[in-house]
Amino acid sequence: MPIASEAGASARVPFADPAQQHEAASAAMWVFLSTEVMLFGGVFAAYLWYRHADPAAFARGSALLDAPLGTVNTAVLLTSSLAMALAVRAAALGRRRPALGWLAGTAVLGLAFLAIKLLSWRHEWTRGLVPALHAGAALAAQPRVELFFVVYFIATGLHALHVLAGVGALAVTGAALARVRDPGRWNPIELTGLYWHFVDIVWVFLFPILYLVR
Amino acid sequence: MTTAALERPQPSYLAAGDTLRSWLLTTDHKRIAWLYLVTITLFFAIGGAAATLIRLELLTPQGDLVSDETYNKLFTLHGVIMVWFFLIPSVPAVLGNFLVPLMIGARDLAFPRLNLLSWYIFILGGAFTLWAMVSGGVDTGWTFYTPFSTMFSNTHVVLTAVGVFVTGFSSILTGLNFIVTLHTLRAPGMTWMRLPLFLWSLYATSLVMVLATPVLAITLVLIAVERIARVGIFDPALGGDPLLFQHLFWFYSHPAVYIMILPGMGVTSEIVAAFSRRRVFGYGFVAVASLAIALLGFLVWGHHMFVAGESFYANLVFSFLSFMVAIPSAVKVFNWTATLYKGSIALDTPMLYALAFIALFTIGGLTGLYLASLPVDVHVTDTYFVVAHFHTIMVGGMVTAYLGGLHYWWPKMTGRRYPETWGRVAAVTLFLGFALTFFPQFALGYLGMPRRYHVYPPEFQVLNVLSSAGASILAIGYALPLVYLIASLRGGPTAGPNPWGARGLEWTVPSPPPPGNFATIPRVTEEAYAYTDADRE
Repeated sequence: MPIASEAGASARVPFADPAQQHEAASAAMWVFLSTEVMLFGGVFAAYLWYRHADPAAFARGSALLDAPLGTVNTAVLLTSSLAMALAVRAAALGRRRPALGWLAGTAVLGLAFLAIKLLSWRHEWTRGLVPALHAGAALAAQPRVELFFVVYFIATGLHALHVLAGVGALAVTGAALARVRDPGRWNPIELTGLYWHFVDIVWVFLFPILYLVR
Repeated sequence: MTTAALERPQPSYLAAGDTLRSWLLTTDHKRIAWLYLVTITLFFAIGGAAATLIRLELLTPQGDLVSDETYNKLFTLHGVIMVWFFLIPSVPAVLGNFLVPLMIGARDLAFPRLNLLSWYIFILGGAFTLWAMVSGGVDTGWTFYTPFSTMFSNTHVVLTAVGVFVTGFSSILTGLNFIVTLHTLRAPGMTWMRLPLFLWSLYATSLVMVLATPVLAITLVLIAVERIARVGIFDPALGGDPLLFQHLFWFYSHPAVYIMILPGMGVTSEIVAAFSRRRVFGYGFVAVASLAIALLGFLVWGHHMFVAGESFYANLVFSFLSFMVAIPSAVKVFNWTATLYKGSIALDTPMLYALAFIALFTIGGLTGLYLASLPVDVHVTDTYFVVAHFHTIMVGGMVTAYLGGLHYWWPKMTGRRYPETWGRVAAVTLFLGFALTFFPQFALGYLGMPRRYHVYPPEFQVLNVLSSAGASILAIGYALPLVYLIASLRGGPTAGPNPWGARGLEWTVPSPPPPGNFATIPRVTEEAYAYTDADRE
């Protein structure tokens, strides 16, 4: 972790200067994101495998989801990425207050995404679409449709966990940004931004393959 | 190699703080290497205990020492512990952690606290796994095949899966640390093509660790979900497919074997160069071969599934690619051999281990080609031929290389020399013990003895007894270094900065090094292994 209060002044061991430290932190975030790609890759592989086995069943499952609500959620998350980009921009320009404001906005939208997701899960629960735990007539005797919902809940659950972690990261970033001496030369906010955009991109892939299968 | 400026005597990293706290909260990569060393040695003992019971049971054709289920639990314990808690961390987390900063002229890894965290994660994962073992174990084999693991096993599958899942993050963080360190912290003049080949191997290993391990993570999550919620991800009755599990599992686990062997190849390059006093022949080819192994290693996972019901075309492609992945490994073997040619060879202990590695890795690798041939594999798959194949590479190769590296860098790590005669005795004992243990197993497999069985036809007993006898010699080969290396910490002769007369930045600092490694960061002006004719006198 860079020394927030000393940003621009010195770098911690073993780095020779802050530029080298920032380069390393950036590289680390990209490597970490590649591990996340592989993690979600397993979920996408399972999806592809089963959709290939029975495309019609996946279409039936997808039709049972609340696509309008999912679309709203997509818009929320995309807007949050906009807010994040604006936060990074403001910070780079040395404008602490606006940066903190945009960070807060990103977090609020992230929480909104999670709230809508919880709502949609509750919706699916009451409609008997949760495999094994609360399966109703729609899933009974349709194992491949049930399988679609297994993949759906694992995928959206894993994604939601990452959004939650992202909100936490936003809070930590905001707290650090509030205290740092020179926000214009403080780079960690870019790394948080990278993570947030990644979480957004995963949803951009999940949304059509889960909600828009016909 | 230009050395650092005159170094004022500083306390070594071992002396800088002797409280438990200073060890458990250290961020010094050299101390973290020791934390790992002690931990993996303990795990090796546990995995070895399981192996001992297995080999004792296999002395007789009947299942008379343990029950069927206990036997299943024993080989599962052996596999899980040895793969994830010994082999994968061994060279990277012990030798890699110690040497990466030293070899590139840095004071530490890029993220020292992350390094410590990765050890604690390793401990946490180990704790979960041991808890599972102590609570009754797991009987699925280290491969957790479905639907047995998800639907029918009555043992602690989820707990073990959690343990392995957690440990995977230790792997990922170590790999991440190495990748970023190698990219950003090389000393001035240390270009990529001047890096010791050990670091090329670790770089390739780290790429695999970082990209493959997350797939294992999600696979374990899926097993846990299916087992807890009974939702049929892999259950055919519910539309699931057990083959999907195998694809996901082996997509990680095949690259995992390259995580295990690449570092050993790196150690071998270092030792062969130092003890022939020659630059490794075809340095560039060996460096690129590490990357090629890492890349191709991701493309061959299907060769574990030749008889699982894949299409003929898939089998054909995976068989072909499995032949291809042997090529960069062969390149390395040829280059090591060429390095030895006309070298000034010293048969010190590390060199004995390295030569054993080259021989045994070659045999193990060639038997891999047998397995890659579809018609042969149909005959020997799931037999002791496979068991012998992977143990030849992992024990004959990897453990041998780990011990060789440990001996080679022991003076640097401890400032002590181990007794050379005992070292040679141990190396030879290990080699002979290994041969007697595992060569009979190739025959057993070819003759048809299945793996994971503790009951076998009586005509296989002689070979099994030979194998078990070999295992007892192998055990001596492990016990000897344990004893004399520990003894050397107290009574061994002290070592100077460069007891082997080798080239490399790690040999320019005191033995053991001070906490910050270098008084001033060195500037590198020559190639790796810049041995001259004078060195070969």
